[in-house]
Amino acid sequence: MSKRIVIHEEHCIGCRLCEVHCLVQHSSSKDIIKAYGGEHSHLMPRLTVEEDGPLSFALQCRQCEEPSCVEACVSGAMHRDPLTGMIMCDEERCVGCWMCIMVCPAGAIQQNLLGTKIASKCDLCYGAELPACVAHCPNEALTFDDVAEKGAGS
Amino acid sequence: MRAVIVGNSATAVGAIEALRAVNQSAKVLVVSEESHLIYSRPLLSHYLGGEIDQVRLAYRPSDFYTRHEVTPILETRATGIDTAGRRLLTQDGNSIAYDKLLIATGGTPILPPMPGIDTQGVFSFTRRSDVESILTYLEAHGGKEAVVVGGGMIGIKATDALIKRGIRVTMIELAPRILGVALDSTASRLMTRLLEEAGVRVLTGNTVTEIHSRDGRVHSVTLREGGTIRCDLMILGIGVRPNTELVEDSDIRVNRGIVVDEYMRTSAPDVYAAGDVAEAYDLVVDMNRTVAIWPNAYRQGAIAGAHMVGIETPDAGGVAMNAIEVHGVPAISVGNSNLEDEPGHEFLTDLDERNHRYKRLVLKDNRLVGVTLVGHINRAGIYTGLIRHKIDVGASRSALMSEQFGLLSLPDRYRKHVVTGEGIEV
Repeated sequence: MSKRIVIHEEHCIGCRLCEVHCLVQHSSSKDIIKAYGGEHSHLMPRLTVEEDGPLSFALQCRQCEEPSCVEACVSGAMHRDPLTGMIMCDEERCVGCWMCIMVCPAGAIQQNLLGTKIASKCDLCYGAELPACVAHCPNEALTFDDVAEKGAGS
Repeated sequence: MRAVIVGNSATAVGAIEALRAVNQSAKVLVVSEESHLIYSRPLLSHYLGGEIDQVRLAYRPSDFYTRHEVTPILETRATGIDTAGRRLLTQDGNSIAYDKLLIATGGTPILPPMPGIDTQGVFSFTRRSDVESILTYLEAHGGKEAVVVGGGMIGIKATDALIKRGIRVTMIELAPRILGVALDSTASRLMTRLLEEAGVRVLTGNTVTEIHSRDGRVHSVTLREGGTIRCDLMILGIGVRPNTELVEDSDIRVNRGIVVDEYMRTSAPDVYAAGDVAEAYDLVVDMNRTVAIWPNAYRQGAIAGAHMVGIETPDAGGVAMNAIEVHGVPAISVGNSNLEDEPGHEFLTDLDERNHRYKRLVLKDNRLVGVTLVGHINRAGIYTGLIRHKIDVGASRSALMSEQFGLLSLPDRYRKHVVTGEGIEV
């Protein structure tokens, strides 16, 4: 049993507050004005909002039980954190070869080319009590729940 | 239980991690010819290109063996297997007893019969020692011009690294186009142009017939189609073949690679093979074949490692795939991506040649069987998932080619499976 971000697409109103707060959370100032001001040049949200007419949802790393990204990573950057059991990308070790992007079945990893090229993915706001996207979702379209079953698969 | 693993790369790591995830009591030994602890072969080109240092070549933290209670036996070449006596024979005349044995010996570089191949300054490009030798050679003798033989993955990666060191490269490929195993002619043309924009001279349908030396070092090469090319350095990057030497005198069944079942078992009891040396199931071509790629090596290793300690997870099969970058432009190919004019297949393409962008999907019976993406690669893995799970994409065909392609473009049931992990019924 571990904590996962659960997506409730039927509740998503496509407001993209999750994107905004994801970016702020990963800025060094943690300040919305600064993050979107000077700091913004090398930051990007670690989730993707998909939208097609009335249907929308915010997608982050699905924390697969058998993660294809870890299997494919040639640098050892993608790994399961020994403490939390979560799939993380060690950005110091990532070389931006994009093998993970090639295999992630959810398409939840993106190229960050704004600074040193690295694979960018959700880190569940490492260290925070609640991921920022979940905390700031106004309609509970994202929740942080205990889940037992598999993620996106193998 | 005593598990012995021959080889020390992705397959070995996959096996060790899967085994130790469920079992702490087994003795695990890793036998490797090389002297280094686990490093990443795909990062060698980044190392040669000066993008990363030696420390970052490590594929796992330096305490990997201790943390996983593995005994490394390095600089030891395994020479044979006594399958009846369950012993691995080593070059020093000794032998190592095993209860379970995993052959993860990888590939050996293909060296064409070229007069002068032993000349100083001619290198292969598969091992760390190759790259260390190239760096030492460049330091001692300098080098402005290089010849790279092979326009496949290895040749491209070597070339990209040499460019980054400021060395001018002539790439020589025997086939009519570069990267022909992975790409169709259009994608291949895009990559050729990118190489040329980076200053590389690309010669196809040609090869080196003789290597000439001066003062004992490589100086020029003669081409089959006429002419000679000056060079200070030459890299042979034609490809690798399965390194099956270890089993040649045994009764273990070998085709092109060592033949394995869905648990990576060979024809000999308690002997497994995985990674580049193994001929395992490929779910796109629906047959066993050797595909020397990192993700397959790791996954197959994990399946073997788990099976050694009683966890039976059959392999669903691999998919050939590659990600490369030339002159800053990324390219990804998955599955039967190089097919052209194949009966029974459908090809959807979108080409923006000026901006080095290309998308090409190959479909068969409403199922995606191949993908090529050049330039814009984000969300490529969604296509890979569709290939792997053989999802019927008949209804979402136009969405597949859309700029906005994403999970919303997919059949509802599959999307929910990816997003929430619910089962798929297809």
